[in-house]
Amino acid sequence: MTSDFLLALAQAITKGLLTGMVYGLMALGLSVIFGVMRVVNFAHGEMMIVGMYLAWAGFEYFQVSPLVSLPLIAVLFFFMGYALQRGLISPFIGRPEHQQFLLLLGVALILVNVCLAVVGPDSHGIQLDSQFDSYEVGPLVLDAVRLHAAIGAIVIAGLLWLFFTRTRIGKSIRAAADNNMGALVVGLNVRRLYAVTFGVGAACVGAAGALMITIIPVTPSLAAEYTLLAFIIVIVGGLGSMTGALAGGLLIGVSEAVAGLLADPSLKSMFSFGLLILVLLLRPQGLLGKRGT
Amino acid sequence: MTIHRRLLSGVAPRILWMLMGLLALLIAAPYFIDKYALSVLILILYFAYVGQAWNIMMGFAGELSLGHALYAGLGGYVAAGLFTHYGLGPWAGVFAAAAAAALAGAIVGYLGFRFSLAGVYFALLTIAFGEFTRIAFDHLDWFGGSAGLFLKVDVAPNPFDLRGGPVLFYYVILALAAAAFVLSRLLLESRLGRYWLAIREDAEAAQAVGVPVLRYKLMAVMISAALTSLAGVWNAFYYNNLFPETAFGIGRSIEITLAPIIGGLGTLFGPIVGAVVLTGMGEAFTSLGDTLGIPGIKQIFYGLALLIIVMYRPAGIWPWLSERLGLGERPR
Repeated sequence: MTSDFLLALAQAITKGLLTGMVYGLMALGLSVIFGVMRVVNFAHGEMMIVGMYLAWAGFEYFQVSPLVSLPLIAVLFFFMGYALQRGLISPFIGRPEHQQFLLLLGVALILVNVCLAVVGPDSHGIQLDSQFDSYEVGPLVLDAVRLHAAIGAIVIAGLLWLFFTRTRIGKSIRAAADNNMGALVVGLNVRRLYAVTFGVGAACVGAAGALMITIIPVTPSLAAEYTLLAFIIVIVGGLGSMTGALAGGLLIGVSEAVAGLLADPSLKSMFSFGLLILVLLLRPQGLLGKRGT
Repeated sequence: MTIHRRLLSGVAPRILWMLMGLLALLIAAPYFIDKYALSVLILILYFAYVGQAWNIMMGFAGELSLGHALYAGLGGYVAAGLFTHYGLGPWAGVFAAAAAAALAGAIVGYLGFRFSLAGVYFALLTIAFGEFTRIAFDHLDWFGGSAGLFLKVDVAPNPFDLRGGPVLFYYVILALAAAAFVLSRLLLESRLGRYWLAIREDAEAAQAVGVPVLRYKLMAVMISAALTSLAGVWNAFYYNNLFPETAFGIGRSIEITLAPIIGGLGTLFGPIVGAVVLTGMGEAFTSLGDTLGIPGIKQIFYGLALLIIVMYRPAGIWPWLSERLGLGERPR
């Protein structure tokens, strides 16, 4: 093994870690929603590309950097998620999985095709001023946009952690997730908590979309890919576990980058799906999940 | 009980006559409908057939598979590969196709059930196997890789090689759909079917009274997979091309599940009613979309329709409809 190869490998791993942070934030939304109300959001990737399109439109038409429009998108997504849960999903909590699947499939079809109808099938990316900047850390070169996106994802994940551990409503949500009946008994408004949870999950994925558009361009066909990617990440990390989602994101980010370096890039998702199958069989609670949850 | 009694016991003569009438009508249909109507009817029968096959696993045995494209795709690729490379006709190739699909089903099912994955986790495992196979087929040159596998079309019509016009394919898929309907009824009225329902309702209780749960779940997956592969073979020869992206993609898997869920899980008529409703909607929205000229508008209406159906008829259309019509097939 030459030092050139080792350097390329280290470079790929670093790139994978940075992208993986954004993946982790996206998956965090899915994990929070599932962990609290046991609903698998089959429209997750579709929500992600809506976030990407909004950030792209903000840059294209109003010259607003995605890092500036991100808080707005997150707030908008929070209210959209809140309304979606209240209006559509609420009666389906506790219903058979195939019914939830069909409901969210309907939502997914509408979201992705509204994007298609409004923006069209072409891919849209943005050119930030920092597009070609980079930071040098020892022998490694870090893309500025990727680094900024990763830092953004870390900050948002940290805020989310504060929300769930420090605020009253965050603690109530965790209580309702732990013991639904108990939460009802002590008088928590579980229906509202569920709506807030879906809002928070949606805000995560919207924010992840705003960060992701700085790294890669968006097309409607990305939606299904991101839904599957988010599934892989949360299962590998542990469905319902927050740290698991972040760790899963990093792992999948690195595995994609390394697979792209060592093998045919078109095989990269085969690695991810292979990893998913292994984890499902050997440790279905995920790498960081607790047994029996 | 003889097969004949098992098939007919408890069926009102009125319903039997209606079914015979429907079958006669469908057999005569190519002689009095135009090409477009025939193509719509072909689509309906195709979705009714794959829905019936999927329903055996989900509706009867209660295992949610969102990766049935794996079995349809394998079936299509095996039969088309044998035909293209060795000239082996699909009537023989279908046995290899069904065997390959049943084996794949056995592997997915064994791993899933052995490690007791249930519900969403099992569904995600089936998706993962489908996607894994899709990417693998992108790199299998014998099957044409990502560039696709194309069947010879410049040959004389020959029913023995399943080469011919839409009418040939219409009768084949009609026969398949009718056979799958009868088979589902037979299975449901057999010991096997009763075991499936017991497992679906409460697997632990079934195990406790001595039902070999793992074995019967595996049989459900393998039968469902083998039946689905026949649709894959039919599909490959009807459209004359195969691409990993469409043959194994998640979209194919999802469209297989829709007719039975919309129509009514675990019922015999559900997949048929669902196929009629979905195909009808699809055609109507396509022409509406063409009129409006906005890309994606068809799918937006389709998504809205799915939402409305699942919100107002979560158990499917057929259980409600049959009650209204006084036919009374309840989901079991």
